[in-house]
Amino acid sequence: MPDPFVVQKVKRETYDTYTLTMTRPDGATNFGFAPGQFNMLYAFGAGEVPISISGDPARPETLIHTVRDVGNVTHSICRLKKGDALGVRGPFGAPWPVAQVAGSDVLIIAGGLGLAPLRPALYEILNHRGEYGNVELIYGARTPKDLLYFQELERWRGRFDLRVHITVDKAEGEWHTNVGVVTKLIDHARFDPPNTVALICGPGVMMRFTVMELMNQGLTPEQIYVSMERNMKCGVGLCGHCQWGPFFVCKDGPVFRFDRVKDWFERREV
Amino acid sequence: MDTISPILAAHPFFKGLDSRFLKLVLECADRKTFKPGELLCRADEEATKFYVIHQGRVSVEIFRDRRGPVSIQSLGETDVLGWLWFEKPYHWHLDAKAKELTRVISLDVGCLRDKCEQDHDFGYELMRRYAHHLAVQFRVSKLQLADMYG
Repeated sequence: MPDPFVVQKVKRETYDTYTLTMTRPDGATNFGFAPGQFNMLYAFGAGEVPISISGDPARPETLIHTVRDVGNVTHSICRLKKGDALGVRGPFGAPWPVAQVAGSDVLIIAGGLGLAPLRPALYEILNHRGEYGNVELIYGARTPKDLLYFQELERWRGRFDLRVHITVDKAEGEWHTNVGVVTKLIDHARFDPPNTVALICGPGVMMRFTVMELMNQGLTPEQIYVSMERNMKCGVGLCGHCQWGPFFVCKDGPVFRFDRVKDWFERREV
Repeated sequence: MDTISPILAAHPFFKGLDSRFLKLVLECADRKTFKPGELLCRADEEATKFYVIHQGRVSVEIFRDRRGPVSIQSLGETDVLGWLWFEKPYHWHLDAKAKELTRVISLDVGCLRDKCEQDHDFGYELMRRYAHHLAVQFRVSKLQLADMYG
């Protein structure tokens, strides 16, 4: 059964994407999760959708989700206001291996809405910053207006212990940073290939070309993690909606080490 | 004192170039600085230069009537600007504007073409690098066309 949560804040990120901050109605502060996991959000009367958790794992008193308004259920969620209720089942799925990769350089590579599931991983790394080598955030979107968490990106950019690279496919007016594809920014990142781990989330095409570029730069499939968020429905590997070859994305993923899934990654039939 | 050759020798486009060939390139090279907002090239103007960017940032733009320029690519210190100087009628197809103080090595393309004609080994080496540059540009353009975040 879904647990009820109350919406505390709704922030419009882009023209069709909103970030909801929620708490439990009884004020409980125990919603623990690992970066990369997702919840099933239940908009009463509309239905349930899988949405990645995009908040800080060190702050279990609030639950944060970034939702794009693309269908009936997400439309209902995006129209919620402060004080409205929402059902939550979760957290589900395999997380980013944030603790396991301590000691490595970390490349966090996001495309479009893909920054949402990666943000908790970045929070976790920044919460334990001394345990990691170089940390580089590489983020691409269609236009400057499509960038998520704009103010936070500016704050991250001002840190001395994190390098932030942002690019858009095209830009009008006052845009003083990169224009071009996200894969090109990998050239500008500082990392030692044998001691680097890459966490990637974004549209399939973007992830495919990003993996190719990382492997050109010397990373192996064992050093690359991808988040495959496709067709998840029940969240527990029972309904079969998200089956991807031998995997159920909701249960075995959504985060996979690339060597486990590379044979399925480019297969069009699945 | 020759201050251009270390810059060219370290630039990805010319890295590893035989010193004899580098000397030929140097004979066509000059330094140039562009202030923010200054155009490096303008669509339809004659393309007489090939720019090797070694500092700054350049925005490649298409100008649209009534809506102004749209930036479709940014170039930085590892990039070159000027695709079409081997292809008649040698005209720029896009605008390129310095977004910040930008320093380039400006190569005279007429001079380069003459040297390619005179020394085919040099011409082949330059074309090989140029073909690689074009292949990368095409790959990047196709990805942008895919509108992958859509």
